[in-house]
Amino acid sequence: MDVVLKADDLSGGYLLVRKGSSEKNEVYVDAVSDVSLQLERNEIFGIAGESGCGKSTLLKMIYGLLEPPLILRGGSVTFITVDGEIPITSLSENDLRRRVWWKKISYIPQSSMNVLNPTVRIRDHFIEMFTFHARMMKNEAYAEARKYIDQMGLPRDVLSAFPHQLSGGMRQRVVIALSLLLNPNIVLADEPTSALDVISQKVVLTMLEEAQKELKNTLVIVSHDLGIHGVMTHRMGIMYAGKIVEIGKTEEIFEDPLHPYSEALIRSLPKLGDKKQRTGLGGHPPDLKKPPSGCRFHPRCPYAMPICSRTPPKMKMIKPGRYVACWKNSMEE
Amino acid sequence: MSEENLLQVEDVSKIYGYGFLGRVKFPAVDHVTLSMENKPKIFTIAGESGCGKTTLARMMLGMVKPTAGTILYRGKNVHNLKSRDITWFLREVQAIFQDPFDTFNPLKRVDTYLYETASNLLKLKNDEEIRGKIEEALRFTGLSLEEIAGKYPNEFSGGQIQRISIARALLPKPRLIVADEPVSMVDASIRINILNMFKALLTKTGTSFIYITHDLATAYYISDEIAIMYRGMIVEIGPAEKVLLKRHHPYTQALVKSLPEPGKKEEWKTRINAPGMEIKEFLSPGCKYADICPHKTERCVKEKPPLFEAGDVKVACWLYE
Repeated sequence: MDVVLKADDLSGGYLLVRKGSSEKNEVYVDAVSDVSLQLERNEIFGIAGESGCGKSTLLKMIYGLLEPPLILRGGSVTFITVDGEIPITSLSENDLRRRVWWKKISYIPQSSMNVLNPTVRIRDHFIEMFTFHARMMKNEAYAEARKYIDQMGLPRDVLSAFPHQLSGGMRQRVVIALSLLLNPNIVLADEPTSALDVISQKVVLTMLEEAQKELKNTLVIVSHDLGIHGVMTHRMGIMYAGKIVEIGKTEEIFEDPLHPYSEALIRSLPKLGDKKQRTGLGGHPPDLKKPPSGCRFHPRCPYAMPICSRTPPKMKMIKPGRYVACWKNSMEE
Repeated sequence: MSEENLLQVEDVSKIYGYGFLGRVKFPAVDHVTLSMENKPKIFTIAGESGCGKTTLARMMLGMVKPTAGTILYRGKNVHNLKSRDITWFLREVQAIFQDPFDTFNPLKRVDTYLYETASNLLKLKNDEEIRGKIEEALRFTGLSLEEIAGKYPNEFSGGQIQRISIARALLPKPRLIVADEPVSMVDASIRINILNMFKALLTKTGTSFIYITHDLATAYYISDEIAIMYRGMIVEIGPAEKVLLKRHHPYTQALVKSLPEPGKKEEWKTRINAPGMEIKEFLSPGCKYADICPHKTERCVKEKPPLFEAGDVKVACWLYE
């Protein structure tokens, strides 16, 4: 396995302080809890889960973007390059900005099509990137931007447009083009298409996939839509209430989900051409301010046993590359 | 118009103005005709954002007045009801909206909505009787009055509060429920439960549904009939099975092909044209899909195709002339 980034026992969340605060007024939202994860070179990795399961927070922590109220509680993220290891979690924001962000790891935030500065033409967004990171002259940068836009398959007149003149799908493609500009080793995309219609979604996802194939880097996609994972990702991790409950090859998980939560999610998915009655889960996702004891899924789990409410299950390798955190799978051996 | 049809939408258009003093006009809904028989059925109106599906739903509910055309509910014009028919219409036709947190005032307890609906629409005065009706409606959605009494909207999860808004809609025992994207904000593990609830209501109480959605997979799962809309027009309409599996209109084909589904990796990878400028398409005199259609001819740009019959399905495309 050719690992490019690893997260070890990563924990973090949001520390909210109510007004007029004393110690007692702090509330901690346990968004990411003991997550261990390895990303490989040249793969598309998906992180799936429902809203509020901590998948976006995990992505931010991998990127090292720890803005308050998000705090790191424990564990580490290590980025492995050919020249050695870079400990993301112990670098300052300044160092990250200088050494890692955009050049090595780029991050496409949720609803990123709104990150473009509305008063600045698309052209100048590109020129700024080239002059700041590649120390180019302005006219040189402009020529480079034109060439690059052609390569990415975007129409040239995009360059002279202001962001509001472009459709959502086009803006998203511009943001993706910007994020790929400096050939990063890892691209982190948080719900890259959640605001788009299915046809624009496909155009955007195809662009991401083709870029990954070309650059042979690592693409991480966070999405609540299992369909996207089904058509895009090679491996995926399923998150529930701040924990990764299952990791494996995407096809294998869809074929034979081992964790009861993955099973429920996949079985409840309606499909075109299949009218079979489907069933969902009872209950609702827990409040991460006070997550359930033991396995966080136990209150909704149809297979729950006494141990599930007492002790959280550890991630366990079932076979090479396949990990599950569930007492049921640990007991069966 | 015949009394038999539950709902009859006759050549309805809604034109909005924009720009300086709204002088530039564009049709959000463009000459739409459809009808629903007076039998329990789920009728889906599907399309992407900006296709006019929500505007059409709001016109059906009498909330937005069409610029042209009429909408008849059991033979009565929805936009020209006599005062004694208004309560009747509100009892018969109920709505469920996309964002349940928008439906309820955050400063008002959710159970007051249920009490008000019961006393205003059912004209019940007796407290005991009102509570009985509310319990009955809540039981359908898997909740109880005890669970929700005295609570404010922010104390519920998205799935729970959507179920409460469904219970409220069920109170007057409506014959038709117009549900505008009712599950798009609900967690995936619970989404299917709400769709199953719609199906159960259909068989148990004979309530019909108009299901407005962008999600073709859920549309296929629950609907009997479906209309696909694009830029204000119906491009294909007919039995859901035929429309979604046979796919006549090039737009329906593109939509279904773009739908990411596990196990369809290869099929999904075929190339597709990106949509162009919306406004231009809305104002086009010909077929609004012509700009990106792979089968485009000169006629498509100039002349708008009417709905042609192709078996049980009607398709607005010159290919089926």
